[in-house]
Amino acid sequence: MRRLSESRLFNFIINNSTGILFVVILAFFALTAQNFFSLDNALSIIKNASFIGVLAVGMTFVLLTAGIDLSVGSNMYLSAVVAGLLMRQFDIPVWMGLLTALSIGGLYGLFNGFCVVVLRIVPFMVTLATLVMGRGIGTFLTQSEQVDLPERVNEFGQLRLLGIPMPVIVFLIVLLIAIYILRYTPLGRQMYAVGNDPDAAKKAGVNTDRVIWSVYVISGIAAGLVGFVLASQVMRVDRSFGESYELDAIAAAVIGGTSLFGGVGSALGAVFGAILLQMVEAGLVFRSVNLYLQPMVKALVIFIAVFFDGIRTANIAQQRRRYIRNDLDDTDAPVSSASLPEPKPVSES
Amino acid sequence: MTILFETRSLTKSFFGITAVNNISLEVEEGKILGLIGQNGAGKSTLMNLIGGVHQPDSGQMLLADKAYTPRNPADAKQAGIAFIHQELNLFTNLTIAENIFIDGFPTRRIGPIRFIDRGQLKRETASILEWVGLDVPADTVIETMSPGERQLAEIAKALYFDARIIIFDEPTTSLTARETERLFEIMRQLRDTGKAVIYISHILKDIAAISDSIAVMRDGVLMAQESAESFTIDRMINLMVGRKLEQLYPPKTAQSEPDTLLQVKNVSAKGLVKDIDLSLRGGEILGLFGLMGSGRTELARIIFGLDQFDAGEIYVEGKRRTANSIRNSIKNRIAFVTENRREEGLLMNVSIADNTTLVSLPQFANDLTLYVNQQALSDAAQQASQILQLKSGDITTQAAKALSGGNQQKVVIAKWLLNEPMIFIMDEPTRGVDVGAKYEIYTIIDQLAAIGSGVLFISSEIEELIGMCDRILVMSQGEVVGEFTRSEFDEERILRAAFREGEEKPHAAVK
Repeated sequence: MRRLSESRLFNFIINNSTGILFVVILAFFALTAQNFFSLDNALSIIKNASFIGVLAVGMTFVLLTAGIDLSVGSNMYLSAVVAGLLMRQFDIPVWMGLLTALSIGGLYGLFNGFCVVVLRIVPFMVTLATLVMGRGIGTFLTQSEQVDLPERVNEFGQLRLLGIPMPVIVFLIVLLIAIYILRYTPLGRQMYAVGNDPDAAKKAGVNTDRVIWSVYVISGIAAGLVGFVLASQVMRVDRSFGESYELDAIAAAVIGGTSLFGGVGSALGAVFGAILLQMVEAGLVFRSVNLYLQPMVKALVIFIAVFFDGIRTANIAQQRRRYIRNDLDDTDAPVSSASLPEPKPVSES
Repeated sequence: MTILFETRSLTKSFFGITAVNNISLEVEEGKILGLIGQNGAGKSTLMNLIGGVHQPDSGQMLLADKAYTPRNPADAKQAGIAFIHQELNLFTNLTIAENIFIDGFPTRRIGPIRFIDRGQLKRETASILEWVGLDVPADTVIETMSPGERQLAEIAKALYFDARIIIFDEPTTSLTARETERLFEIMRQLRDTGKAVIYISHILKDIAAISDSIAVMRDGVLMAQESAESFTIDRMINLMVGRKLEQLYPPKTAQSEPDTLLQVKNVSAKGLVKDIDLSLRGGEILGLFGLMGSGRTELARIIFGLDQFDAGEIYVEGKRRTANSIRNSIKNRIAFVTENRREEGLLMNVSIADNTTLVSLPQFANDLTLYVNQQALSDAAQQASQILQLKSGDITTQAAKALSGGNQQKVVIAKWLLNEPMIFIMDEPTRGVDVGAKYEIYTIIDQLAAIGSGVLFISSEIEELIGMCDRILVMSQGEVVGEFTRSEFDEERILRAAFREGEEKPHAAVK
């Protein structure tokens, strides 16, 4: 059964394309760049990947329902601006600043969800509009000036637990929460259902409006969180803060195996995607590749990953094709009359 | 014997066409009711009324002697009516267990956090699967399952809720023989535990074997409901057919010409069609009859180049087709009126004129500058709409969606007419079209043949094929199972061939 084993190998590669790409790239840099393969460097890569990583995990929720959230970069900015201004003007404690950023992010997502669910506007257009809106509000509040954060935020930013930097810990917590929601709650499984077939989900009694609304809120809260954590690292929020982060977040999610057509994807995949992107960037720096060539290499990696997604989707569509007759070499295909001969049993190999 | 459910003078029409006409049907507890009828006889509409998908215009339904008025499918489910549709409503990216419990997962607490109880989920699902006879783990993802297994998963999903009436709409089309047997056992078990089962199928032998009583529908009317014991298959077919032809068709003016336009030789596509032989001459109207899922649309798509085939050859005007593509088809002046004009045939929001000139647009462009001659374009569209007697407003501004079904179909035809087609493939051209517009479409088909085009006329209405065609091919399970020339036309015999209930061996015998 040569054909069968070939198609199994094909399926294995297609379904694990990110993992394979990850290992190949890691091996390449480990072998060709000095000092790349070290614990310190690994931790540094993961820390730098955590910002896009958390955004990508939030984005995964939205993409699962076949939506998109282009506003996360602006959301980060606005959340950090509001939290920063409050901390500076009113001297509120850091934890309240964090809570503020999360709330602003959540409200931002609530508004996105409102436009998608109640006003029935396409997610792409809604979040494109709120992308412009968020940054607009932020620059209005700051008069376009940069917000410097008080020193106590730096203490928070430099916190370590067992030697692990705070952003990495946040990254880990977000990942665990996301896995819990997506895998172990009814809401999470319903997100997959809505992304796969919204009409069937409605017919099966799923409250699709609530499900869709919730993914935008989750993505918004993730953006608010990233805004605050990143601000605590750089200690200032200027007007280009978080700009075009949404694109890297989408890229990371898709590289992690999330389909833009909905229904397919995982939080762990998004984390892998973000780390992969960061690893490529770090590796190119380690190998002292021309600065101007680096974006092209990164683009190539994204391209390869998305290409595999395309093949995977086409593969699924192929499997969904209607079968009419039971050809002899097609043992699992149906017959519609009991008078036809019994099909041969499927041979295992 | 207790009557669990009944309809009284139930009537429903769509756009002036009565789909369900004054039907009074009785469904008994602990019995299997077989429901048969041709495509378009109103079976699905009747079931959709019971399932809460549509609401009746008049008449009433009684469930256990109480008035039953479902406003949506959820109401029907609540009332204890399970509906297993022909098309599956499964989430292919989730497991069987998740599909069954998607609107009510069992959960349990670990400390303050609530988790889906995967253990319980698995146990409950496993017991349903065992009962249905689906031998796969409860956490199998639907995507990895065969069509037959998916059908059984769908059944498991419907049966999980404690239903009193279970409707099976053509559930066996994707099942293997063994799975079908298991399904019949399930139906008998349901019956023996006092449930009422309604079983819709095109396979009359199965209907006769398993039903306690049989109801036959034709043209929205219930022709008979009687005990299955004395109901012969002959009589079923008789009742399903049997309307006298009136003056529904235009007089035939076209003459078949000797030259063959289209020749299909031994074409096979895995899982779709097998060993198809077919030839079409100029001026000929060739009918292609088959029940839903017989492969007729798939064959049309292959001939038009929308789908590829694995073996065999297609000749157009004696020349073998090398690349099977739509561009090639259009170049060879093959036209395809799809059965699904709403989604595949028309740009609904675009003007009639733009729809009409879509295919032939390149002909109106200057070869060098690619500038489109708007005047010539709109003249051509006007002319086509006049020839087809299109009833519309200004064709340059009115959108296609504002037209009636019949006039929309004319726009689809006009679109191809401008390309001066030589071979016209029409898939269900009169579906959802009122009687008056039907006659006009028949006239257009006849005129096309009269100017020498070959027409491949696909339909599930035998009457219109008999009224219009020179020859009729019958398809079943992806094969051509019969061929009838005009002198042999007989509704009953054609239907028998489609059901593979031949009184004589069909021309292309089953291998």
